[in-house]
Amino acid sequence: MTDLNLTQAPDDCATGSSCGSRREFLGTAVASVAMALTGCGKLTKEEFLQNHFKQLSKTEIETIISRLESEYKAKYHKDVKVGVEPALPGVIFGYALDLSRCIGCRRCVHACVKENNQSREPEVQWIRVLEMEKEEGVNLQHSEQYYNPEEVPREGHFYMPVQCQQCKKPPCVKVCPVGATWKEKDGIVVVDYNWCIGCRYCMAACPYGARHFNWGEPHLKDADVNPATHYLGNRPRPKGVVEKCTFCIQRTRKGLYPACVEICPTGSRKFGNLLDPKSEIRQVLETKRVFKFKEELNTQPNFFYFYGV
Amino acid sequence: MLKQFKQFIVDTVGLMITGSRIYYAWVAFLLLLIVLGAVAYAGQLNDGLIVTQMRDQVSWGFYIGNFTFLVGVAAASIMLVIPAYIYDWGPIKEITILGEMLAVTALIMCLGFVMVDIGRPDRFWHIMPLVGHLNWPQSMLAWDVIVLNLYLLLNWFVVTYLLFSAYLEKHYKKALVLPLVLLSIPMAISIHTVTAYLYNGLAARPFWNSAILAPRFLASAFCSGPAVLLILLQVLRKTTRLKITDEAIFKIAELMSYTMGFNLFLTAAESFKELYSGTEHMVYFQYLLFGVEKNGVHYNTLVPYAWASILTGFVAFLLFLIPKTRTNWTTLNIGCVLIYSSVYIEKGMGLIIPGLTPDALGEMYVYRPSFTEIAVAAGIFSLGALVFTIMLKAAVPMMLGEFTISKGRKGVDHPETDPA
Repeated sequence: MTDLNLTQAPDDCATGSSCGSRREFLGTAVASVAMALTGCGKLTKEEFLQNHFKQLSKTEIETIISRLESEYKAKYHKDVKVGVEPALPGVIFGYALDLSRCIGCRRCVHACVKENNQSREPEVQWIRVLEMEKEEGVNLQHSEQYYNPEEVPREGHFYMPVQCQQCKKPPCVKVCPVGATWKEKDGIVVVDYNWCIGCRYCMAACPYGARHFNWGEPHLKDADVNPATHYLGNRPRPKGVVEKCTFCIQRTRKGLYPACVEICPTGSRKFGNLLDPKSEIRQVLETKRVFKFKEELNTQPNFFYFYGV
Repeated sequence: MLKQFKQFIVDTVGLMITGSRIYYAWVAFLLLLIVLGAVAYAGQLNDGLIVTQMRDQVSWGFYIGNFTFLVGVAAASIMLVIPAYIYDWGPIKEITILGEMLAVTALIMCLGFVMVDIGRPDRFWHIMPLVGHLNWPQSMLAWDVIVLNLYLLLNWFVVTYLLFSAYLEKHYKKALVLPLVLLSIPMAISIHTVTAYLYNGLAARPFWNSAILAPRFLASAFCSGPAVLLILLQVLRKTTRLKITDEAIFKIAELMSYTMGFNLFLTAAESFKELYSGTEHMVYFQYLLFGVEKNGVHYNTLVPYAWASILTGFVAFLLFLIPKTRTNWTTLNIGCVLIYSSVYIEKGMGLIIPGLTPDALGEMYVYRPSFTEIAVAAGIFSLGALVFTIMLKAAVPMMLGEFTISKGRKGVDHPETDPA
């Protein structure tokens, strides 16, 4: 898996004229047909022709970022910054969630939506909190996502939030027919929203229900837009593509906690660098007994669950 | 040669656009449905796939179900090729081209169903080999794109070449056709195997993650595809001068009875393993066959369809197995309709929906196709019927030698091909 590295020399495809002119030719020939096909008059030639993110040169990325930023400016009437910060060297992010502390308040769900510019209408949520019966343990056939009591936690129940487990062997990446989703060097599985064709094969492949599709046009009010974004993370998405939790890539690559970790009122959520022996996540792995959700599928998550008390 | 081919194309189009009133009425009817589908699809493009009933929980539905079923129909053309060429059985040989045309038609519909299912059809070029970025050999969908298109090209070429030879009043070159036809056998098996692997490889979905999924796909495909052909052959020999012997039809029916028996056996083997061992993976089968109770709600949407499929499959098997009912036109045709519906349920919605319900986190989402999905699907099926109709319209007189480069242009009444 190669990583986004802006200092890297542009690859063959970006410099080689044959590849460029081939795309150029294809573009002029088909762009109009595609526009007619998609009923999308707004589709620009630049957007239509944009290459796979990992094949873009530094200058191409710069052009795309400024195009996106001006599009967002026009749409949301504010300056949205689209970052392309690469993975930090020597970092693999890990996450641990304390099932004995989580009270099922779902503040993480909403903080996530706020941070990551998800569509509000229809609302897309990257974290799903399952209410489980204490007598059953972790049993999906006895779980409920739409619990709505006066007060949480409810008698006889415990809560299990599920989001992208950032697998070491992600089945979603394996199945994507166009390589629009991949694992970055810091362990985060990302999606290029400008390359995804919306076939939803990754959604069928994901055992954690972590991938979400923009079934309709994502609606996001100007005031709700979080302007600090990342190209592979929380920038506003188009219709018809898949999105997912990125451990708040726009925050964590700058040394901040993911929004869900920061908001959690019970301290159930632990996050850090798996390669740093002194990190909080390593402390959890060392002192608590952890398990991985659906371990038998061998997806090898970098997301752990544990019972802290 | 090129000039003759140009003439061939012109004449083919000429044959396609001239016909009787019934022909025009049928084509107009299909065009109407295609327009209806196109309008529905335009709405979907505008508003997004939210106009379907698919959601994150059940992320594939009616479109992909139809796609899967039709891959089977496409693969089934080799049910004619095998007896004709492997066993050199004369009576079927002349009609294998019909199987190949059915394959072309089914594949066009398959590609149509994939196209309407994707969220960003404007990015279709991303999945094209060489220009795009095909995740091959990792992704089974990348494999599927390749094998389906190769199989389409192969069948298209063979059909065109055979007709062009007939048009030129020449015998086709056996050295060219035979290897291609033989190649189509492993190709047909591979398209359906790869399509089965598409689901099979997903450990997240225990309903699909079963080793006998690909054999089940093949067995059921070899029931449903020939069922279409059997009815078609009867229609064609009534309405055209095409000679199709009873013997040929009964031979295909006999072969079908074997595949139907095998299909039932595989279904039973799968059901036994799931139901008897009764692990947590049983829930998908349970949802399909008996319904599932969760948090006080009983979910049993698929139950009547599932049993209808099993029942019709079993009755059809008996009708085809017993020589007396197999050689009786009424019972044979009833059997064809029954087995077609059985497999349509089993390899369509009966495969996709329980694979995704309950979803990866145990949620029960009841999926029913929306009006848009049904209208778009009707449009694609009509497109297939139209393609098949006009292909037959041009092909039959050429196959019969009634229309060639030197004769048939005027005076000769083109034999009518009835819609099938």
